[in-house]
Amino acid sequence: MLLRHTPKEISERKALTINPAKTCQPVGAMYAALGIHRCLPHSHGSQGCCAYHRSALTRHYAEPIMASTSSFTEGASVFGGQSNMLESIQNIFALYDPDIIAVNTTCLSEVIGDDLKQIINRAMGDNKIPPGKTVMYASTPSFKGSHVTGYANMLSAIVQNFAVATGTRNDAITILPSFIEPSDMSEIKHIAEEMGIKYIMYPDTSDVVNAPMDGKFHMYPKGGTTKELIRQSGDSRRAIALGRVGVFPAAQLLDTKCKVKTDILDLPIGITATDTFVDTLRKIAGVTVPESINDERGRLVDVLCDKAQYVYGKKVSLMGDPDTLFGLAQFCKDAGMQVLHVVTGTPAGAKWDRRVKELLGDGTIVKSGAQADLFYLHQLMQNDKPDLLFGNTYCKYIARDMDIPLIRTAFPIYDRMGHSYFPITGYRGGLHLLIKVLDAFMDRQDRDAPEEKFELVM
Amino acid sequence: MLPVQELSSVEDFKANILEAYPPKIAKKRARQIIVNKVENTEDVPVIMANTRTIPGIITMRGCAYAGCKGVVLGPTRDILQITHGPIGCGFYSWLTRRNQTRPTSDQDENYMTYAMSTDLQEDEIIFGGEKKLRAAVEEAVALFHPKAIGIFATCPVGLIGDDVHAVARAMEEKYPDINIFAFSCEGYKGVSQSAGHHVANNKVFTDVVGQDDTFSKPGEFKFNILGEYNIGGDAFEIERIVEDCGLTLHSTFSGNSTYQEFSSAHNVDLNVVMCHRSINYLAEMMDKKYGIPWFKVNFVGAEGTSKSLRKIAQFYQNDDLAKKTEAVIEREMVEVAKVRDDVKSRCEGKTAVLYVGGSRAHHYQDLLREIGVVTISAGYEFAHRDDYEGRKVMPSITVDADSRNIEELSVEADPARYKPRISAEERAKRESEGFEFADYHGMMPDMEDSTLIIDDCNHYELEELLDRFHPDLVCAGVKEKYVVQKRGIPMKQLHSYDYMGPFAGYKGAINFYKEIDRLLNCNAFKFTKAPWDTEPELSATYSYND
Ligand code: SF4
Ligand code: SF4
Repeated sequence: MLLRHTPKEISERKALTINPAKTCQPVGAMYAALGIHRCLPHSHGSQGCCAYHRSALTRHYAEPIMASTSSFTEGASVFGGQSNMLESIQNIFALYDPDIIAVNTTCLSEVIGDDLKQIINRAMGDNKIPPGKTVMYASTPSFKGSHVTGYANMLSAIVQNFAVATGTRNDAITILPSFIEPSDMSEIKHIAEEMGIKYIMYPDTSDVVNAPMDGKFHMYPKGGTTKELIRQSGDSRRAIALGRVGVFPAAQLLDTKCKVKTDILDLPIGITATDTFVDTLRKIAGVTVPESINDERGRLVDVLCDKAQYVYGKKVSLMGDPDTLFGLAQFCKDAGMQVLHVVTGTPAGAKWDRRVKELLGDGTIVKSGAQADLFYLHQLMQNDKPDLLFGNTYCKYIARDMDIPLIRTAFPIYDRMGHSYFPITGYRGGLHLLIKVLDAFMDRQDRDAPEEKFELVM
Repeated sequence: MLPVQELSSVEDFKANILEAYPPKIAKKRARQIIVNKVENTEDVPVIMANTRTIPGIITMRGCAYAGCKGVVLGPTRDILQITHGPIGCGFYSWLTRRNQTRPTSDQDENYMTYAMSTDLQEDEIIFGGEKKLRAAVEEAVALFHPKAIGIFATCPVGLIGDDVHAVARAMEEKYPDINIFAFSCEGYKGVSQSAGHHVANNKVFTDVVGQDDTFSKPGEFKFNILGEYNIGGDAFEIERIVEDCGLTLHSTFSGNSTYQEFSSAHNVDLNVVMCHRSINYLAEMMDKKYGIPWFKVNFVGAEGTSKSLRKIAQFYQNDDLAKKTEAVIEREMVEVAKVRDDVKSRCEGKTAVLYVGGSRAHHYQDLLREIGVVTISAGYEFAHRDDYEGRKVMPSITVDADSRNIEELSVEADPARYKPRISAEERAKRESEGFEFADYHGMMPDMEDSTLIIDDCNHYELEELLDRFHPDLVCAGVKEKYVVQKRGIPMKQLHSYDYMGPFAGYKGAINFYKEIDRLLNCNAFKFTKAPWDTEPELSATYSYND
C-alpha cells in the first residue's frame, strides 16, 4: 500500500500536481544534444538543474552523461548570467574541447531574461570561440511544456544552426526522430539501411548513451550525427519526421528554412505505424521493400497470430510521452487489446488528444497537460482496473498497489535494463515489445493458475 | 599501514592539474587542492572550501533546494512536502535518494512516494505564483489532511518574488491544526547543497522542534541522532543496536522520522551528530536553547560504531548501560571479525579515492581501513573548512557574499524550557578528562600525510587523478559512476549505496566488506579488455589454403 493516500474518488484539482507524468524541458534538450557528435550540452542557470538532469539521464542509461553548467549564484541571478556564460565558454573549450556547445536555458535564466544570442555574439566578438567551433542554444523554459518540448526545441535549434540549403540537392532523405531510446534510433537506421536508402538522421544517440565498455572513458563517444551531415540535411531531397509533438517544430523549420519537403509520420511502433514508415520510405526513395524487411514483418505477424489469445481483449493503461503513447496505442489496438486510459503530463495539444480518441474510440479516457499526473491515472485505474500498465519506473508503485504487471516504456526507467539496447520501434522492436507483453500475461497466468490448470504448453 | 603516494609525485600531480586552467582559476584551485600534512598537534594545512563553483566546469555539486528538500526534509514520512516552482525540481527529488521508511502501521501517514508541485506555468511566472500555491495547499489539505506541510521555493520563485512564508502563515491561519512552514531554499543560494541544509536546519528549529512538550518515548536514556538519513536502512540498523544496548532513540533527523518525533525532539538528554555538515546548526541551536549537549559520532565502520556506543554510554554514566553496551559490542564483533579478516586477506593494500557529499568521504575511510584498503585521496562536494580541518577553525572562517544570504539565527536559552542536561561544572570536568562535547576534528587529521585532499573536485581533475594514480576503487556519486567504470575501475556510490545497504553499524559493516570484496575481486571488470586487445598483434595471417 505504498500509495495508500490516493482515494478512488476523483476530485477536481487546479493547482496541485501530484506525482507528475512529465519533467522539465532541459533534460530533453540535453538528450537531443547528446545525439550530435562531439557536442557538449551546457545548462545555463544554477548548477542544481544540471546536476538533476545529468543524474536523471545517468540513472536512465547507466552511462556517463556529460554536461557543464553556468553555476549561477545569487549575484548572477540578480545581475544576469552573461559573465558566467562567457567564462563558461572559455573554460569549456580550454578543458573539454568539444566541437559544439549546445546551451539550454533553465527557468532561472529565462526569468532573468538572459539574451543568449547576444551573449554568444559577444563571445564570438571577443574571440572566445575557437575557429570551427560552434556555440548554439535552445530556449527551454520549464514553465512551458515538458522534457518533450525541450527535446523539440533543441532539435529545432540544431536545424536552425546547422542545416543549410546550398541550392544543390543531394539524394539523402533526412530522418528526424522524436524522443526515443538509442536502441530505437538504431532500429530506424537499420530499416533505412536494409532498404538501401541514403539517409541523414539526427539526433542519433545510439553509440553515445549505450556505448560499449572498452576500458577507456570517452568524453565524446563515437556515435552522434556529425555537424557536416546535419549541414547537408538542408540539401536533402526529402525529410521524414517520426513523431509529431517532439519533432513538428524542427520539421517545419527544415521545410521553411531549407525548403525540404517533410512527411510527418507517427513513430513506427507496432505493425501499422511501421508499415506506414516503410511504405513512405519505399515511395519517396523509389525502392522495393527488401525480403529481409518482409521477413522481419512476417515474424512479428506470425507471433501475434500464434499467441493473440493471450493479449486479445486485455485491458491496458498507458502513461508516457505523446509520440510514444500514440505508437503504443496503435500497437495495443493492432494486438486486439483495449486501451482504457492514456495519460501524459506533456501538454500535447487538443489535436493530439483528438487523434488518440479517434484511434481508440470514446471508451478511452485521454488526458494530457495540467494535472494529468500519476495520481490521477491511479485514481482512474482504481475505478476501472486494467490488466497491464505501460509507463515509466515511477509507475511501479501503482502497479504494485494494484497487483498488475508494468511494461517500462516511458522516461525515466531507473530500475530495469534493456530499453537502451532492445528497441520497441520497427518490426523487430514490435516483436520485442510483443514478447514482453506476452511474458507479462503468461507469467501472470502461470502464477495465478490453480494446479489443475497449470499448463506446460501455452 | 601502507605508505601512500610519494610526496613529490603528489605535488607534481597538483602542478600538472593546475597547468590546464586559465591563471585565475589555477590560483583558486591551488587553494582547494591540498597535500595533507598532519602535524603532531593535529594542525593541518588550510583548505579553501565552500566557495563558488567555476562556471563551465563539469561539477559534482547540486543546489540548495536539493540540500533542503532532498536531504534534510526528504526522509520525513508524514510532513507533506510541496515544491513551489516549475515541475522539474520536484520531479527529480522524488524518491531518488532512497531514504527508507517504515510506518508503524498501515494507517500511518507516509507521503514518501508522493511528489507534489505547483508546476508553475508561464502566466504564474509573469503574474506571480502565490495564488496557485495557496490553492495547492488547499487541495493538499482536502486530499490528505496532513499534520504538517513544508513548502519549498525553487530558483524562479525566488526571482519573481513570491513570498512563500506569507502564504504559509496565511494557510496556517486557515488551518490552525496543521503546521505549515516554508523554506527559502532557492537553488542559487550559497554555492552548493550546503546552503540548503542550513536553511532547512533553521526552519526545522524555529517551526518544528519544540512544538510538543508532552510527548516522549519510554526509556531512561533518550537521545536523538542528527544527520542520519536512513539510506539503505542505515537508521534501522543503528536503531537495532542502540535498543539492544538499552538506549531509546527518540528521533532520527531525518531518516525514517515523523513529525511528532521532531516536534518533541527537545525532550531528550542528548543529541549525537552523524553528518556534521548537514546538521551541525541544529545541534548547536538545541544546545543553546534547551541545554541539550551534543557530540559527534560515527556509526560507519565496526570500530567507529563501538567507539560511538561507548561514548554514548559514558555520557549517561550508568554501569548497567555500560555493561549492556559492552555485551552488545562483544556479541556483534564475533561475526564482524570473521568476515573482516576473510575479506581483508583479499583486499589488503588496495587503494581508493572518495569524493562524496559532506561527511561520508571521512566516515567511509574507517570501513575501508578495516579491510586494509588505503585512501589516497578524498574530498567533499559541499563541505566547509571545518569539515576538513575541524571545528576549531570555525571562528576564522570568513563569511563571503554567498554565505551571507543564508540567515544565521541568534538563539538564546528558552526562559521556560532551558534545562542543562549536565551542569556547566560537570561539563567542564568531563571535558578536562578528555570527553569532547560540541566538537569535530574534521577529515584531514585522520588522513595520512601526502594524501590529496580535493575540495569540489570536478570531472577533469577526477580523470587526471585516475590516470595518474590508478586507484583500485572509487567512491563517489551517480554522475561520476560510469565515467569511472568505463575505464574498468569499480565505483561504489556512497550516496545511494548502489541500492544496497545498510552499511552502518555492525551488519552494515559486514555488508560493506562483502561488497568491496565483490567489487575488487569479481570477474566482471576483468573482461574489459578482449584477449586480442591484450595480446600482441599477429605478424602474419594464416590461411588454410596455403
Ligand atoms: S528550475 Fe526549471 S530547469 Fe531547473 S530543474 Fe527546476 S524545472 Fe527544471
Ligand atoms: S531551479 Fe534552482 S532549485 Fe530547482 S533544481 Fe535548479 S538550481 Fe535547484
